[in-house]
Amino acid sequence: MKTENAETNVLPLELHDLTVAYHSKPVIYGIDVEVPAGKLVGIVGPNGAGKSTLLKAVMGVLKPTAGWVKIFGEDAKDNLRRIGYVPQRESVDWDFPVTVMDVVLMGRYGKLKWFGWPSKADRHLARECLEKVAMLPYANRQIANLSGGQQQRIFLARALAQEADLYLMDEPFAGVDAATERAIITLLHEMRDAGKTILVVHHDLPTAQNYFDMLLLLNMRLVGFGPTKEMFTQENLQKTYGGRLTILSEIADAMGREA
Amino acid sequence: MSTVNYSRRLLPALLVLVIFCVVVPSAHAARPAEFVENDVWEQMMRFLSLRDQGVRLVLGGSLLLGIGCGVLGSFMVVRKLALAGDALAHGVLPGVVLGFLWNLTKDPLHLFVGAVISGMLSMAVVTVLKRTTKLKQDAILGIVLSGFFAIGTCLLTMGFGLEAGHKAGLDHFMFGQAAALDHLDIQAMSWVTGVSLVIVALLYPKFLLLSFDQAFASSLGLPVRFLHQLMMLLLTFSVVVALQAVGVVLVSAMLVTPAASAYLLTKRFHIMLVWAAGFGMLSGAVGALLSFLGSGLPTGPLMVLSASAIFTIVFCFSPQQGIVIKHFRHVNRQRRVVLENLLKAVYHASERDAHTSDGMTLLDLAKVKRQTLDTIQQDVGGLVRRGLATLSHDGDVLYLTDAGMSRAAQLVRNHRLWELYLTNAADYAADHVHDDAERIEHILGEATVRDLERRLDFPSVDPHGSPIPALSAKS
Repeated sequence: MKTENAETNVLPLELHDLTVAYHSKPVIYGIDVEVPAGKLVGIVGPNGAGKSTLLKAVMGVLKPTAGWVKIFGEDAKDNLRRIGYVPQRESVDWDFPVTVMDVVLMGRYGKLKWFGWPSKADRHLARECLEKVAMLPYANRQIANLSGGQQQRIFLARALAQEADLYLMDEPFAGVDAATERAIITLLHEMRDAGKTILVVHHDLPTAQNYFDMLLLLNMRLVGFGPTKEMFTQENLQKTYGGRLTILSEIADAMGREA
Repeated sequence: MSTVNYSRRLLPALLVLVIFCVVVPSAHAARPAEFVENDVWEQMMRFLSLRDQGVRLVLGGSLLLGIGCGVLGSFMVVRKLALAGDALAHGVLPGVVLGFLWNLTKDPLHLFVGAVISGMLSMAVVTVLKRTTKLKQDAILGIVLSGFFAIGTCLLTMGFGLEAGHKAGLDHFMFGQAAALDHLDIQAMSWVTGVSLVIVALLYPKFLLLSFDQAFASSLGLPVRFLHQLMMLLLTFSVVVALQAVGVVLVSAMLVTPAASAYLLTKRFHIMLVWAAGFGMLSGAVGALLSFLGSGLPTGPLMVLSASAIFTIVFCFSPQQGIVIKHFRHVNRQRRVVLENLLKAVYHASERDAHTSDGMTLLDLAKVKRQTLDTIQQDVGGLVRRGLATLSHDGDVLYLTDAGMSRAAQLVRNHRLWELYLTNAADYAADHVHDDAERIEHILGEATVRDLERRLDFPSVDPHGSPIPALSAKS
């Protein structure tokens, strides 16, 4: 199943003591995680647990206040080309005057030279990615006329166009119809079987149990990380969702006030 | 319905605005007292023939500023930074005046350097305030815009006090005077605009991504902050280029209005850039012409009026969103519904007597539709013109043509299928479905009808027991 290569021993993602603060107010504390290759990992936790922050810190979009991130054994910023990213759907303006094709092509921009424009080969690849999410017929539509599920598929196609090895997805199942949800999970399983490593921020606990190989339970700090069966216990979920850890969030608030 | 009423109320106001935009400047320009020797036509010919060196400079400057403002303004509009452009435009004023006071000449280089420094400084203040306070963008821009403008105005007044200030036309920086552009200015404007356009073209994919999805851009490792600063620098360039001709106060309108007009017209960003540049040039040139005719009117307001007139036209007539176009489309649809309802009435009458008679008198039709004979005659005229019906020689009896009959049967079929669908599939009571079907029958497409038939297993009778006509009317 998994493609054997020289890198099988190199971890796709390694976080060590990762701490991130917004305006000096810590959002995630000392996260240590080693994600093995070829796994579909669900990141689960309540609102404000720092799930999106974790993804952004991995990519260096947010600068960690402490700790480090390694991607395939190298500094994150030197290995960004191996990361594919699906931001939250609401993070962009869907009235923007671009077509579906334009958006998917953006997945190729990381590989462009400084003054480069996307090539014919890039276009060809973008079409293939659109086909994988069943959106090719919409290639020339303006993005404003799409449904929520379709918008999410576009973002997935853009991530596919990145041809990455490690994928970070922020709530790809939020606000999509049942058909799209099924299509996305099938696609994620295909990608996993092709040896990709995928981290998915997920909101819905009941489905999390069936969708993912591993779970990362997060509530400002790491509650647990391991195979879904072992993680999905009453006790763990209680720890994750049973209110924020009072002392941690009090200290975070205090540090926010000091700053 | 509410949007229709709204647009109907809006229309007269818009017409007044358009007329105002077009007539007022020209009326002013045509006031005979202003022209001792030249009349308007002669002035216009002078402008259009480009005989004068001065006219060529003015026109060149207007076109250059139109391109720059249109292109950079487009980025600001889609990034929701339109007001940042305004703040920047006011922020450059202190620098421009200081650049002049440096050695009391209107050397474009000094003005340019001063403007860029002061503009970027204003943007830096915005960034710092945003990062260190809870204030939102609009309040911050308000503070910076007015603060820098106040400094600039004070300096400007001081500059006026000096004799050199008057000679250099420092006052033109407030409201703009294209006629004051000289050879050196145009040269500087060409360079700056050229460099900006080349940079935008080379970095277009990066700028596009930055504008659409900044988080994704930085996930790719693009230097987002640098790209943003670069874009703001280019914006400063285009503001400075436009400054002398448009004036500080209204530069932001040249950034926003042409770009906003373009935004209403297209779904592709690069096409929006082209439209915006075109609209920018057109407003620049028209504004310069009007100012030339009015001998000495400030150019800035006239260019902005032209840009607003273009926007108004686009707002009314753009193929997708123009409100006038939408209005006509609506009227057309209403008209079609009226005619189709007539067809149906004839069909129903002929159905009642088992399709033995093939005509209906207009008088009967008027009775059924509860309309006056005049209205019916008028509507029937519409049917005849469309080839759906013919009239008897005396004009009293209406006969449907084959086309009319088949369209009528189609409508009745749509109506009855929809009623059946509502009662069967959506659990409507049989006496609730008629009104809904009256609306739906006119808009059901062929594909939907086929789908309905499939779902209802090709029915032959509607919920009220009336037969559903088959596809061909003659059968």
